[in-house]
Amino acid sequence: MSDGPVLRVEALRKAFGGLVAVNELSFEVGRGEIIGLLGPNGSGKSTAMNLISGALPSDSGRVIFKGRQINGMAAHRIARLGVARTFQLVRVLESMTCLENVEVGFAFRPGGLSGNAARAESVALLGRVGLARRENMAAGELTYIDAKRLELARAMALAPELLLLDEWLAGLNPTELQQGIALIKQLRDAGLTVILVEHVMDAVHSLCDRCVVMNAGIKIAEGSTARVLSDPHVVKAYLGDDDSDDDGVAGRGGARA
Amino acid sequence: MVLTDVLVGGLTLGGLYALTALGLTVQYGVARILNLAYGQFLIAAAFGAFVLATRFGLSPIITLFLALPVGFALQWTVYQLLLMPLVRRTGAGPALETDSILLTFGLSFLVLGICVAAFGGDLYSYSYLAYPVDILGSKVSANRLVAMVFAFAMTAVLYLLLTRTRLGTAVRAVAVSPRFAPLVGVDVRAASAIAFGIGGALLAASGVLISMFLPFSASLGVVFAMKALIVVIMGGAGNLMGCLVAGLLLGFVETLVASYVDPGLTVAANFTLFLLVLLLRPTGLFGKTVR
Amino acid sequence: MSRLTVVLAGLGACSALAIATAAPLLQGGDYWLSLGVTLLQYGVLATAWAMFSGPTRYVSLATAAFFGIGAYTVAVLGESMPWAGVLLVALGIGVAIALLVGLSTLRLSGVYFVIFSFGLAELVKQIVTWYEVNVTRDVGRHVFIDISQRQIYWQLLALLVSVLGVWVLMRRSRLGLALRVIGDDEVVATHVGIDTSRIKLMLFVLSAAVMTLTGAVLAPRWTYIDPEIAFNPQISFQVLIMALLGGTTRLFGPLAGAVPLVLLFEVLSVNFPNYFLILLGVTFMAIIYFVPNGIAGLLQRVMRHRRSV
Repeated sequence: MSDGPVLRVEALRKAFGGLVAVNELSFEVGRGEIIGLLGPNGSGKSTAMNLISGALPSDSGRVIFKGRQINGMAAHRIARLGVARTFQLVRVLESMTCLENVEVGFAFRPGGLSGNAARAESVALLGRVGLARRENMAAGELTYIDAKRLELARAMALAPELLLLDEWLAGLNPTELQQGIALIKQLRDAGLTVILVEHVMDAVHSLCDRCVVMNAGIKIAEGSTARVLSDPHVVKAYLGDDDSDDDGVAGRGGARA
Repeated sequence: MVLTDVLVGGLTLGGLYALTALGLTVQYGVARILNLAYGQFLIAAAFGAFVLATRFGLSPIITLFLALPVGFALQWTVYQLLLMPLVRRTGAGPALETDSILLTFGLSFLVLGICVAAFGGDLYSYSYLAYPVDILGSKVSANRLVAMVFAFAMTAVLYLLLTRTRLGTAVRAVAVSPRFAPLVGVDVRAASAIAFGIGGALLAASGVLISMFLPFSASLGVVFAMKALIVVIMGGAGNLMGCLVAGLLLGFVETLVASYVDPGLTVAANFTLFLLVLLLRPTGLFGKTVR
Repeated sequence: MSRLTVVLAGLGACSALAIATAAPLLQGGDYWLSLGVTLLQYGVLATAWAMFSGPTRYVSLATAAFFGIGAYTVAVLGESMPWAGVLLVALGIGVAIALLVGLSTLRLSGVYFVIFSFGLAELVKQIVTWYEVNVTRDVGRHVFIDISQRQIYWQLLALLVSVLGVWVLMRRSRLGLALRVIGDDEVVATHVGIDTSRIKLMLFVLSAAVMTLTGAVLAPRWTYIDPEIAFNPQISFQVLIMALLGGTTRLFGPLAGAVPLVLLFEVLSVNFPNYFLILLGVTFMAIIYFVPNGIAGLLQRVMRHRRSV
């Protein structure tokens, strides 16, 4: 087990035509940490996630996962190395059942499971995310929240070491939010490292050890959650004006820019 | 001397390819429909010019101007009658792309069938301005020169039409941003139909121009469709300037290969160029992401 | 599917196969044998087409290219090599070209692939013609191979059974699961560790290999083959319609589309030879309009309707 950071992002850059979505982004994530990747809409957070997971190729810079350079690798190889993710707009396999959706996660990873072993593990996983007894339901018929849970179960089936959650806690009512936060804490306690792209500040406070804040593609702050969220630059980025409110955005629910 | 041949030959062919492809790129860029029947309609226009020239003694130049409104009307009708139901059924996403490719593929066979039924599979040509003209020491067929001049002229007119008129701007707005064009009062469906019409005018013109100097047969439709598609993709779909440059490039490469390598390998040259461009610059020479 | 259904289906398939195999031995039907060969030809081609274009949703217009490669290889080598050898060479060439095309175009978006496949037959035709004109100086070959229609029939039948068998095995395997995922959401597929590029390539090569073999097996039916005949784009078109009509998701879908259309085309080409292409085009357009998901898709919808009622 290496002692270095699980993930290291170095000067990562991605431009779409004239728009630089991610501009020389650098940060590290240590084992077992939950890092918040924050910023107003359009700041480049999702693009950064896409670059890390291999969904998009970067223009320059490096992404190093467990000491291994993964930028430029095909997404499926990165997934097999132990990086799993959820998507901002939930992507479940609608033509398949919930059980099959999770079995898919088990089928293609190294040391993959199939048949009865996969089925048993999948059922267990569905129970863990709160979808017990829905195994044979078509994924296309799930509610939005349940679909998110299914997506997480699928990601977990990959037995990842790094989990990228893209606004996974968005749109939840207070009870569901607490359940979701508890689930992520469990995952971290089981050894997972998590990068959380979030707007829900309650969750950020509860979960994140450290935060990285982006605005217009650039990292504008990094550090412990409390300190970052009271940083005046961060406040300005979210609220768009020179607000000298002492609380900053700390302690408030969701400042959606 | 040979260099001038190649230059003129390249310009003529290039200009023609550019003109042909312009119509297709307008159709694809605005209506988001890849019209595989494009080449076949072009050949049909060539046949039309042939009939008018041989049966009625009409000069192809006159046919050229007649072809513009006829071509416009025909393709506009094709869009309204045949393609609109598909648009309504699938919306404007990738399903439309597939369905429309298939439908226009079928349409190309329909038009091919009409051409074959009427004219058979032979090569046709008629004599028009078939005397050599001396340009910088090399002899060029007058009909090729005329075709080239018209190709460039029409390209310029279309460019101005699309960039300087309100109609043209509306059409381009849809190409750039079909979702937001209605917000500024542009009717996307009407613009798509008009774009198809513009494409129709251009392909009719190209067909007439080609008939002036190139022997053609019904089965040549596929070849022209292919070349137009290659130019459109190389130039970046919907990108007018890209289309022009790519058309000229294709024309020159083809002429060079025909003169210095082997005239029987032109299609191979087209495809090699196509593959090279796609592999090196996947979004076309001037980039603009194709969905 | 219940045990009984599986057993019944199996018995049904076996009897159908037995009948199909024995049919050519019956007397008095050269015409029927010929029709049988045509049915098998398009059945195999349509199934092979659907094997790739179904799961990947890439519309391939390249059937004529690979069919032609098979047919023309036989025309060139048929008399100088034993039959098995010729088939192997044809297969090799088809696979090599499929690999080349696949590696260069499958990584690009679907639209580029369609365009490339559209022109592929034309490209191969031109290269072959050029080669024949300049190198061998012998464009168009006479085919004098001693293979009877019956033998062609049985070879095609074997090919069809093999293709269907491969399809069934594939579906049940991990590859089949991967295909279902790709068909549902390709982005998800890549993020659960599925190498979509390699799978697409594999399917494409497999499909092309079958088409090449079909062309090769059928070549002795002609007495004269030239590049125009071998690489006729019409076959790409017909195979496409058949697979779409029958539906590309079910095992017997393409076959179900091939049979009625082969019969229809027979009738049309005999009675309206001058307007055949027009009718072909119209038929196709009608299918796109009215049966967008194929007959299999229609059946599925009917079944689902019944179940929910």
